[in-house]
Amino acid sequence: MDLKKEKTMIIIAGLIIGAIGSLLVLAGNPANMGFCIACFLRDISGGLGLHRAAAVQYIRPEIIGLVLGAFIIAVAKKEFLPRGGSSPMTRFILGFFVMIGCLMFLGCPFRMVLRLAGGDWNAILGLVGFVIGILIGIYFLNRGYSLKRTYTLPKLEGAMLPIVMVVLLVLLVAAPAFIFFSEAGAGPGALHAAIAVSLAAGIIVGILAQRTRLCMVGGVRDAVLFKEFKLLAGFVAIIVAALVVNVAIGKFTGGFAGQPVAHTDGLWNCLGMVLVGFGCVLLGGCPLRQLILAGEGNADSAITILGLIVGAAFCHNFGLASSGAGPTANGQIAVIIGLIVVLVIALMNSRKQNA
Amino acid sequence: MIDARGRSCPEPVIMVKKALASKENEYTMLVDNPTSVENVTRFAEHNGYSVVSAAEGEDFKLTITKK
Repeated sequence: MDLKKEKTMIIIAGLIIGAIGSLLVLAGNPANMGFCIACFLRDISGGLGLHRAAAVQYIRPEIIGLVLGAFIIAVAKKEFLPRGGSSPMTRFILGFFVMIGCLMFLGCPFRMVLRLAGGDWNAILGLVGFVIGILIGIYFLNRGYSLKRTYTLPKLEGAMLPIVMVVLLVLLVAAPAFIFFSEAGAGPGALHAAIAVSLAAGIIVGILAQRTRLCMVGGVRDAVLFKEFKLLAGFVAIIVAALVVNVAIGKFTGGFAGQPVAHTDGLWNCLGMVLVGFGCVLLGGCPLRQLILAGEGNADSAITILGLIVGAAFCHNFGLASSGAGPTANGQIAVIIGLIVVLVIALMNSRKQNA
Repeated sequence: MIDARGRSCPEPVIMVKKALASKENEYTMLVDNPTSVENVTRFAEHNGYSVVSAAEGEDFKLTITKK
């Protein structure tokens, strides 16, 4: 295997993905939100009526494309491997609280880098928290943290989430009355690129991410843990490409105040992402990576996605999600509870005999 | 034999990292997905070992030898 080629590939993929992330905004997606796995799963949660926040309801084709792109390329490359059974309920809970962290900060790790590339300096506090969270996770990995092994499962089990994505696509195109779509001007949910554009973007990024194993949390984790910089190279490439494209299309505005779909509470931006970084290390990958793994047939990652979606519903049903005005008291309490729950999960699953 | 089958990222690499600390000349390892093959290979090669992988049923058997 050619290690140099691997690194070149992920840099090229990162550049393409970063550019797509910025161009989707030009095509109609919300500002600094060409891609955001957390936001888009939250919109899907709303589209299905699991929460009724009228501003954020849409079935995002990017998510569908990511899973289906990964699914198609995994099947083509004989890497579709239905697996699962590695503490699914724990993963659901971790996914649930990772979403609460994301919606405190207002973005997943992917959007965090797109926000940075758009000049939203609040994301710097997010990045600091993200790295702290990852470092805490690494401490437990070194102590033998494990959610135990997976087992081979039937093909249909591995295909379940991809099938659900096809159903979501049908619901999006058919747009029956029971699906909720944010009305024009209602908020971020109403801002989106054309379905075909979003779907194609998702499929391309899904294929690239599957081939390169791109993971936003894996970058920092592997650099610290193994002195391996492959995934971090992809992470940096996304920022560079998104930054260049943002400057070129006039979407770069440096500053803290008045940034799109963001707030300026540094402490909570940071703490939200501590929760995300910590939780994602325990899950073995960022929300984007979970979608890709689910496309490859990983049922545990599919369960994690469901945890993220249910977490998003709770966020909006119980006023946990931040807004441009800042975090909510409920959200702050939820993030603290999340940190405690994730810590307990880390402690309980770190035993010497796991090592 | 290091059995990392079913272990999710990055556990197989942590397992091989801990094993390599004993500085033996050869290790064998079982993993069950291509990503783990890549990750373990990358780590071992950067740490002075060469890796040969062979498909074994649904799994991959890695032979890790000191360069």
